[in-house]
Amino acid sequence: MIEKTLDTSGLNCPLPILKTKQALNNMKTNQKLKLIATDPGSVKDVEAFCTQTGNKLIENKYSENKYIFIIEKQ
Amino acid sequence: MKKINNNMTIIATKGTLDWAYPPFILASTGIAMDKKVAIFFTFYGLNLLLKDLSKLKVSPIGNPNMPMKMPFGPKWLQKINFGPKIPNILWNIPFADNFTTYMMKKTMAKNGVAKIEDLRTICQDSGVKLIACEMTIGVFGYEREDFIEGIEFGGAATYFSEAAEADHHLYI
Repeated sequence: MIEKTLDTSGLNCPLPILKTKQALNNMKTNQKLKLIATDPGSVKDVEAFCTQTGNKLIENKYSENKYIFIIEKQ
Repeated sequence: MKKINNNMTIIATKGTLDWAYPPFILASTGIAMDKKVAIFFTFYGLNLLLKDLSKLKVSPIGNPNMPMKMPFGPKWLQKINFGPKIPNILWNIPFADNFTTYMMKKTMAKNGVAKIEDLRTICQDSGVKLIACEMTIGVFGYEREDFIEGIEFGGAATYFSEAAEADHHLYI
């Protein structure tokens, strides 16, 4: 179940990551965040962010010109 | 994963609009990545801590690598890079800096990059330690009141005490 959806369409580095962090701060462990982004850099960045902060990247796909990530808070 | 030391320091030495972005972008991202970040602002970098950021400009003079593309207008026009086409000497006209500054701000906004003011506020709110170099303040004739609230003042030794606890340092 997706707890929260965050749409960062149109925003560029570093805003999608900053907003993701902010959103995760207000969530509980094991809750899932759906992140939508249009910044092509976010593909690598979200992966690096999850590795560094210990959160789990469950899904990572590209559809209809948007990058969609599902992150589980750890 | 091996847990590394999570502190980072940045020395910000540039005071033009273009070079104002990297320290604030990297610092705010560092915080988001669970790092503790301190930025030491020295020499022209002090500009980035002034209350009035409207003085941050980007100059076309002596900046030969700056791409100059129209942030608006028809697609074919936006593709043209005017930077290398305009001889540098022609930029020696009044208000050329105002023009390039305006164009850069437009381009950044169009690409969804946050404003310097906003990035700086994000840094402050998220706990980036902002340190202004006391020596340069004296040399350049600034007053403490010229700078935003909530920053620290210190010298090179203050920077080193921050740096000693970090394993990630950038000089910008």
